[in-house]
Amino acid sequence: MAERNFRVWRGDADGGEFVNYKVEMEPGMVVLDAIHRIQTHQANDLAVRWNCKAGKCGSCSCEVNGKPKLSCMTRVNDYAPEETITVQPLKTFPIVKDLVTDVSWNYEQKAKIQPLQPRPREADGTHRMQQEDVDRIQEFRKCIECFLCQDVCHVLRNQDRKDAFVGPRFMIHLAQLEMHPLDTADRIPAIKNEYGSGLCNITRCCTDVCPEHIGITDNAIIPLKERVVDRYYDPVMMIWRAITGAGAK
Amino acid sequence: MLEVKELQRVDHDVLIIGAGGAGLRAAIECGMAGLSTGVICKSLLGKAHTVMAEGGMAAAMGNADARDNWKIHFRDTMRGGKFLNDWRMAEHHAKEAPARVHELEDWGAVFDRTKEGLISQRNFGGHRYPRLAHVGDRTGLELIRTLQDRAVHQPNLKVHMECTVLDLIKDGDRIAGAVCYWRQTGRFVLFTAKAVILATGGGGKSWSITSNSWECTGDGYALAYEAGAELVDMEFTQFHPTGMVWPPSVKGTLVTEGVRGEGGILLNKDGDRFMFKYVPEKFAKETADTVEEAQRWLDGDKNARRPPELLTRDVVARSINAEVKAGRGSPHGGVFLDIAARRSPEYIKKKLPSMYHQFKELAELDITKDPMEVGPTCHYFMGGVKVDPDSQMSRVPGLFAAGEVSGGMHGANRLGGNSLSDLIVFGKLAGDGAVAYCKATATPKLDEEQVLTSVRRATAILNRETGENPYLIHEDLQKSMQDNVGIIRTKVELETALTDLEALGARAAKVKAHGTSQYNAGWHEAIDLRAMLIVSEAVTRGALLREESRGGHTRDDFAGERDEWVKVNVVSRKGADGKMEMESVVRPPGPPELVAIANATLEELEGKQNG
Repeated sequence: MAERNFRVWRGDADGGEFVNYKVEMEPGMVVLDAIHRIQTHQANDLAVRWNCKAGKCGSCSCEVNGKPKLSCMTRVNDYAPEETITVQPLKTFPIVKDLVTDVSWNYEQKAKIQPLQPRPREADGTHRMQQEDVDRIQEFRKCIECFLCQDVCHVLRNQDRKDAFVGPRFMIHLAQLEMHPLDTADRIPAIKNEYGSGLCNITRCCTDVCPEHIGITDNAIIPLKERVVDRYYDPVMMIWRAITGAGAK
Repeated sequence: MLEVKELQRVDHDVLIIGAGGAGLRAAIECGMAGLSTGVICKSLLGKAHTVMAEGGMAAAMGNADARDNWKIHFRDTMRGGKFLNDWRMAEHHAKEAPARVHELEDWGAVFDRTKEGLISQRNFGGHRYPRLAHVGDRTGLELIRTLQDRAVHQPNLKVHMECTVLDLIKDGDRIAGAVCYWRQTGRFVLFTAKAVILATGGGGKSWSITSNSWECTGDGYALAYEAGAELVDMEFTQFHPTGMVWPPSVKGTLVTEGVRGEGGILLNKDGDRFMFKYVPEKFAKETADTVEEAQRWLDGDKNARRPPELLTRDVVARSINAEVKAGRGSPHGGVFLDIAARRSPEYIKKKLPSMYHQFKELAELDITKDPMEVGPTCHYFMGGVKVDPDSQMSRVPGLFAAGEVSGGMHGANRLGGNSLSDLIVFGKLAGDGAVAYCKATATPKLDEEQVLTSVRRATAILNRETGENPYLIHEDLQKSMQDNVGIIRTKVELETALTDLEALGARAAKVKAHGTSQYNAGWHEAIDLRAMLIVSEAVTRGALLREESRGGHTRDDFAGERDEWVKVNVVSRKGADGKMEMESVVRPPGPPELVAIANATLEELEGKQNG
């Protein structure tokens, strides 16, 4: 089969440039296959993360022609034959080398969030939960932590407010904890004060790029924002608290 | 001149190599016991190959069928493993899996539910009853994320990401630590530890058609072998019956057994449901012999026997291989796997969502409308590091193994769903074993010469002037193993493989990596070659020695199971001359109470009274 042109960003934290490669094609190839061919035959030291090559691990995130993508699930024939395919690292995170970025900030956010605090098991040693009560959190738990949503989030990418907002990935993590039928903890104050729920302005870019098609904005972020509003800004509750002296945290 | 004191040094009580299900579960156990625990992993946390597990984890909770109990799970495991399993390990596994699964729920896992609100359990090959706790077809993701989230909040536990082991370090006979490098910087780091737990997974990357990721280069087998441990029954390699066969870029990618568990059937190009022809005598009594009975089973008739598509993986893989060889295969050299004709599109999307997306996006095929094309793919090593069945320690003091890298539990063939449960059962037991060992052990001394030798060997790959491309050596290795040490083996082919391996070893000794040591994929590939070559040799020599066909090892020149071979394990170890030494070691007899369970009829074991 024919060759195709690829432009791949090569470099490290000190700088770099796009390098052109011609790659031999075969049927059904994805962008990651092309990167591997370049690695095997033209640039052994090309740095790229990948693992499962089936869209299940979220390692091979990059930007293909400017769009955040899993390179293992992006088919080459989605692009016109004469089109050059440009592959570059995620923009929101610091470059390590070539297509590899330093995503450790994401791991730090996870560590900050209070984990599940389950109610005690029932007398027979089990937990009983109905399927319809777990359907919505199972959606959030499909997340493969590819961080494409973090990459595209304006608050993180354009405003660089990593100090104030945990990003969509961790908003859905918080949502699955808050909506977990077994959970007894209260993370609403932290969602407002530490995790920055108010900074998201609901442009839904995160939802658009999610390879797992999770309704990040509508099903997780907006409900969390509503819970924060109910707690802190509901006028009826404000009056109630003024009368009873019960303060919001 | 490099000096050890210039190297970064990290001290732990226990060092766990690998952050899949077994490694993380072991680490949590060590952390809870108060030991300083380090976990190193080649990838980012949460990306280990466990994430690819789809169908579920087997545990006889009896939620879907109250007749189930640990004894029947144990019996199924022994029969599936062709009675070569370590009896005690299979007992631990069947008994302890339910508690490990329940514990995951306390840690945040959200399994699919039954109508009563309990953990739902699905059917799988070789399991008498619906037994696999699952989350659609992404159970591995649920397992790894649950353990990962627990681990990052576990006091005393530190995860060191994108770090690869070069060599284990010993103080005399016992373990003292490991020399590693950071992938991101290429810098070396020395970890000291009283105990090391290997949880490195399998070695499928020595074959060209495999479901395994780049990480599965068999590092743990090689590290254990070099450190003086023994490997057991390495010839038993599981070829999963259903990998994708088209397009070429995804050849080998796993198609979950859950497709068949949910009712999917296998067809050849003539539309024959061929598995009815391949039912082994031992399983005939418990397998449906007509399409009509198999249909009743799917419709929920508890008196109907299981369809032949749910026979054990070794049987199904060989049957597919035979159909293709007989010219009855699908256009791209596999057979058809059909779920579309069996279940509604809504049901398929609910129960097999990632299969739906995988085929839609990678093969442009809608599995709710059309049959898939599938064929065998190298998937799992039953063999591995020989360990004590209770402590999980190898014969090297302080060196433990758990999960796929450890041997014995699965005998000659692993049942689907028994791997995820293996990870959490034996991860915990290895953690317990390491905790007990550390408490009774003084801090080992560090032999600087071992550290320097290891570092020099790694830097030589970068420093030599010229040398071969590591990727091309890897490709040739994969081709030889695929051609010569595949599903069906012969003496001639195995000997060809050994000759090839020797030549590949000589080439690998002169491999060259260009560029600097910072995140240099070619250098990483070059370093990984050693482990892949050791693993390939152990599998090949084991396959040559074992003159019978059993489970995941089929010899065309020695058909059928031979009684004399169930009595021995094939052991490989590094000899005094540095060459691989092979031995058939007589197995101790099984404990009588366990032998009785394995040979009992189902009727004798069914029901809660036996729980």
